[in-house]
Amino acid sequence: MSIRKTLATAKRVLSQLHHDPRTIGLVIMAPILLITILKYVFQSEPKVFDTVAPMMLGIFPLLMMFLITSVATLRERTTGTLDRLMTEPMSKLDLVFGYALAFSLFALVQGVAVSFVTLGLFGVTVLGGTIPILIAAVLAALLGIALGLFVSAFATSEFQAVQLVIPAVFPQVLVCGLFVPREHMAKLLQWLADVFPVTYSVDAMKQVTIHSQWSATLTRDMVVVIGYAAVALMVGSITIRRQDK
Amino acid sequence: MNDSVVQVKNVSVVLGGYYHALKHVNVDLPAGKVVGFIGPSGAGKTTLIRSIVGRQRLSSGSITINGMPAGSAKLRSQMSYMTQEVSVYNDLTVQENLRYFATMFGIARKEMGKAISDILRTVDMSDHASQLVGKLSGGQKQRVSLAIALIGYPKLMVLDEPTVGLDPVLREQLWQLFRELAAKGTTLIISSHVMDEAERCDDLLLIRNGELLAHGSPKALCEQTGTRSVEQSFLKLVGVKQ
Repeated sequence: MSIRKTLATAKRVLSQLHHDPRTIGLVIMAPILLITILKYVFQSEPKVFDTVAPMMLGIFPLLMMFLITSVATLRERTTGTLDRLMTEPMSKLDLVFGYALAFSLFALVQGVAVSFVTLGLFGVTVLGGTIPILIAAVLAALLGIALGLFVSAFATSEFQAVQLVIPAVFPQVLVCGLFVPREHMAKLLQWLADVFPVTYSVDAMKQVTIHSQWSATLTRDMVVVIGYAAVALMVGSITIRRQDK
Repeated sequence: MNDSVVQVKNVSVVLGGYYHALKHVNVDLPAGKVVGFIGPSGAGKTTLIRSIVGRQRLSSGSITINGMPAGSAKLRSQMSYMTQEVSVYNDLTVQENLRYFATMFGIARKEMGKAISDILRTVDMSDHASQLVGKLSGGQKQRVSLAIALIGYPKLMVLDEPTVGLDPVLREQLWQLFRELAAKGTTLIISSHVMDEAERCDDLLLIRNGELLAHGSPKALCEQTGTRSVEQSFLKLVGVKQ
């Protein structure tokens, strides 16, 4: 692995984004649109919005970076650029970490914009402050990136890659405690929630919302998210093959 | 043969468990020559190329390049590969594409600017350096793809159909470039399904149905088959086989 090649890859991915203002606009505006709709959905129950909105800040980056990464890596596989890169004197980790770095930065920008609207304009209070929210958002993005990379190995076209978001991410969102407190769900789903990484990503947001101090649970949540992301990145880089069978 | 750079020994490749893309291919490729892989599409040219650059796992047999098995990490800085499809980033400019691949190849930062402008001149794309690749014509994209393969001028260049779809003037220029590179000791592997390009190679492999039909210089092939062109000798060889 080489720092220069990893950074060059991150820069290349960011340059690609730079030439694609529509994607930048969508990634930043779509969550703002959704959070605004949510605000008025809960018009008569502002308390509920105050609990749900911060959790959404953990779900947006995860979902969108998952989609972007799986399509981007699939594009590398199908357009032949991966063919070319795999014959270059570079490590697969240069590619994987380059992507992770670039999209994490992108997620940070998204996080700042969505937090500004949610916490600033809509006045949702998070006792832990904005910085931990942004840290948790970037970690959620990293998880999305890692899962997207891993899952893209199971798709042979961009058409399939986009659809994989449903089985790979939606079940995790359904049981993470966003809709119904986890204790109220069927036992089996509680167990699944304990295993799914998204649960910890969303719980981190909840911890920042309700505690003014950095709690031990928050640290645990973040460690779990980083752990899952690291494993998925590693497995994902294994699915990028130097040689085809 | 001692001066051979690539040794292909009894190589077979079975794709997807049933398709025999290559069948027991044996050949030594000479150094410092333009070696043409000629045959109809679907003949196995690309599979042989992918096997040489190390992207394709062999079902049996072995390929050695400069004494190392194909796909060895060390070989990656000694060769380049231009894929058949235009493998460049459409959402980057020509310059950004070259800069990225040059960094991956390991070109030093201070040599980067000159290296890139030289290569752009060689493929006649200097005027388009800051254009997005996605906005270029097919032939221009092809040239960007070729430019990437020229980065660092490695001793072995493997080019899968580099001149397909290019206008005759540019094709002529590129063949001149290939000749110059070979004269300096570069080995070029060039695949084509266009027979008139075969005549320009030093060494030819005629490939069909995953089998190596014949190997030799265009002249030798013609003499061997008693014909006057590579196309005729190809037809004759196929006829003999049937």
